[in-house]
Amino acid sequence: MPGRAVEIRLRVNGEAVHERVDARRTLVDFLREELGLTGTHIGCEQGVCGSCTVLVDDAVVRGCLMLAVQCDGARVDTIEGISDSGAIADLQDAFARRNALQCGFCTPGMLIGAQDLLRRREIPSRDAIREHLSGNYCRCTGYHAIVDAVESVAQKRAGRI
Amino acid sequence: MKIADDQPSGLSALDRPNSYIGRSVPRPNLTRLMQGRGQYVSDVVLPRMVHAAFVRSPHAHARIKAIATGAAKESPGVVAVVTGAELAAVITPWVGVLTHLKGIKSAPQHAIAVERACWQGEAVCAVVARSRAQAEDACALVEVDYDVLAAVTDPETALEETTPVIHPELGDNLTFERSLNAGDVDKGFAAADAIVAATFMFGRHTGVTNEPRAIVADWNPAEARLTVYQGTQAPHMTQNLFAKHLDLEERQVRVITKDVGGSFGIKVHIYADEMAIAALSKLLRRPVKFVADRFESFSTDIHARDHRVTARIGVKRDGVITAFEIDDLTGIGPYSVYPRTSGIEANQVVNLVGGPYTCPNYRARARVVFQNKNVMCQYRAVGHPIATAVTEGLVELAAAEIGMDPAALRRRNLYADDAYPATSAAGLKFEGLSHHASLDKLLAMMDYAALRAEQARLRARGVHRGIGLASFIEVTNPSAAFYGVGGARISSQDGATLRLDATGAVFCHSGVTEQGQGAESVLAQCVASSFGVPIERVRVVTGDTDNVPYGGGTWASRAAGIGGEAAWQAGKALRANVLAAAASILQADPAALDIRAGVVVDADTGRERMGLDEVARIVYFRPDTLPPGFQPEFLVTRHYVPRGWPFAFTNGVQASYLEVDIKTGQIALLKHWCVEDCGTVINPQLVDEQIRGGIVQGVGAALFEHCLYDEDGQLLNGNMMDYLVPMAGEMPDIEIGHVVTPTAESELGAKGAGEAGTAGAPACVMNAVNDALRPLGAAPILTMPITPERVLRALGKV
Repeated sequence: MPGRAVEIRLRVNGEAVHERVDARRTLVDFLREELGLTGTHIGCEQGVCGSCTVLVDDAVVRGCLMLAVQCDGARVDTIEGISDSGAIADLQDAFARRNALQCGFCTPGMLIGAQDLLRRREIPSRDAIREHLSGNYCRCTGYHAIVDAVESVAQKRAGRI
Repeated sequence: MKIADDQPSGLSALDRPNSYIGRSVPRPNLTRLMQGRGQYVSDVVLPRMVHAAFVRSPHAHARIKAIATGAAKESPGVVAVVTGAELAAVITPWVGVLTHLKGIKSAPQHAIAVERACWQGEAVCAVVARSRAQAEDACALVEVDYDVLAAVTDPETALEETTPVIHPELGDNLTFERSLNAGDVDKGFAAADAIVAATFMFGRHTGVTNEPRAIVADWNPAEARLTVYQGTQAPHMTQNLFAKHLDLEERQVRVITKDVGGSFGIKVHIYADEMAIAALSKLLRRPVKFVADRFESFSTDIHARDHRVTARIGVKRDGVITAFEIDDLTGIGPYSVYPRTSGIEANQVVNLVGGPYTCPNYRARARVVFQNKNVMCQYRAVGHPIATAVTEGLVELAAAEIGMDPAALRRRNLYADDAYPATSAAGLKFEGLSHHASLDKLLAMMDYAALRAEQARLRARGVHRGIGLASFIEVTNPSAAFYGVGGARISSQDGATLRLDATGAVFCHSGVTEQGQGAESVLAQCVASSFGVPIERVRVVTGDTDNVPYGGGTWASRAAGIGGEAAWQAGKALRANVLAAAASILQADPAALDIRAGVVVDADTGRERMGLDEVARIVYFRPDTLPPGFQPEFLVTRHYVPRGWPFAFTNGVQASYLEVDIKTGQIALLKHWCVEDCGTVINPQLVDEQIRGGIVQGVGAALFEHCLYDEDGQLLNGNMMDYLVPMAGEMPDIEIGHVVTPTAESELGAKGAGEAGTAGAPACVMNAVNDALRPLGAAPILTMPITPERVLRALGKV
């Protein structure tokens, strides 16, 4: 049953958001239904598939496991904002050239997960890339092309190729 | 890893200057998807739209005595609460049978259960509300009074006299049975030096598409039209079904398919809840949306496999296979799925077992039975993983039995590469395959001899690695033989319409659909090549029954081979028409002109004569300057359907290299290889990625995925926490190679490639596990998924 509505203020992709939301509303439902940010997807609603991955105060978060009210005062970045800022343009280019996505449903979450890894380590091994992306389910690619794309960007960013 | 730039691959005879055939052109629609700008059905919002949720049966089999909807109707935001009986006034039931599967039977299935629920998860009541959350709130207030009935769950006993019959009017629980007897099987076994018998078990699993099934149905009574936004592989097929069961004409129904978050055969069927949504829209006269949640996906998306196959192979000491025999039993839930039926997979198993080999003696029986579990139907590589695992499992067991290398045994029995055309024992007609060339290439890629030496070296140190192989054939480019001859209104032909716009760009409308496999890219490559423009100037439109040629959609690896050929032919036709106009403008002989890189040129010298933009400008805006009586036609349509061969068979071979931890039973996949022959390769990268993705789906079936039911028909693990899927960490790198044997049936020569990976992967992973464990005296593991527990049991450790 719907609970009480709660007033929240947050910044989403740099824009100020001031809304009243049901206390039970998940962050991903809030982003998709209230703000129309449909680039964040819903796959399992259990925190397993990673389709709803977003950044909350720069931390990788499953949008289905966090409530919108928990984001009061937070900075939320979604695939729309991260794309528009150009922060992952090289990663997106590598994904396209290597065909590291097919249906694309997992891709926003996969890109955010990959960017998180690439910020942490200089050139991760293929195993480390696989390990880091193991919370993001892709049914289409078999992952090999995704690992290739992420590896190539890591090497490029490190100036190795 | 450096990503190679697109360049000619040398894989195709059509790979030449100004051609995009054989090149790894990046897909144009990826940028949109990567920026979160895709338009999946889950994202669709329409004015007046309401959301549906379903009350689903918690019982595998129960009579519905009463449904109390009063409290739900009063719940906030609720627009309607509709039972199966009420909805039946708007939509008629269906029966999933086809005439070419002789004797197949099923019972009428309703959009929402009427009187009786036949599996846990079948919808018994719909709630429509202003939001999905409100609809779900109200579902909890619907009270259903059930009379629980005995559930039939075990296929092994489904046909016994003491087992209740799920649909009494059908007489028994047998859906379909097929027998085949080719050559002289008894004589074959009598001639064998060794006979190996084995029972293979294939667990039920399911598609787990990233985006669950989703539909928005919008009945507009003012237009008397139903517009359906649906994540489907076959829009014209569902258009027909919505019309047929909602008492509409097909022209009153428009199906729009935009981005689809994964299909794999899950979205090639019509589902009861999707039919219910269309009916609810008609009833409520407004758009109704339904997106399955993951629990609903697990309990209502078709399940796949669930076969028990007892099998025998006879082999002579020199490795010649003398006979195959199988008995397949599969449980398909309470209804044969509409409209393709649930008899096709067992039929395919009968067709495909022994398919790569010349052995003429083959006996098979397949029985398909009803049970009170979720429905089962065609999923990626329909029947192939079963048939390949049985065949290749038997081959490697036989090789071990006579002490022969499994690759050598295959060489002894595979059809010779110059043996075509050939007809298999099961009657399959092969135009041209390349089993030996493919096997040779695979063994070279993996350095088979060195790998065997490494395996032996490591075994001496207590490291248990296995190498498994699997040769396979794949059905692609189906003709009308698949569905049309059986009375299903599922088109085997497909079309492409091309239009030159006023700036010299080309629009291509195609009947095949984009599921992420890259069909739109392949179509653009075909058009750009045969018409003669840079690929950036081709805009491909798919997935709209109001606006594309009538066609079958995307399934059975047909989009590139059939849709691509239609686009190729349309490109040639448009080129002829445009050259006729250019010749008229230039007062030249059309035969002396060509179109290259978007410019009309002299065919012999390549000298530029005029741009397509200029041709279009004159034709569209200054037709007054054209010669009298000359009417250019800048819109052409071409269709294509294979007629000479029922199917374009492809072939390939896979290998798996893995390590088994004999203390824990864990299996680590080290490397996987596949050599595939899909004829002309239009886009090598897209083909490779289809194969890689398919392999990982097959690996999932081999090692992880299983819909577990208890004996009462309760699904025990219908969520992503408990149902394991392959994730990046467990998957190996996968190396792909090609042999190219084009089909002569089409000009392009392309066959399908979408299911090859899934066809062969379970077999070679199973063989690799058994190869690793055989020296330890373990009983062969022939039950999938091969879990750590099964490994430890085979080793006698638990």
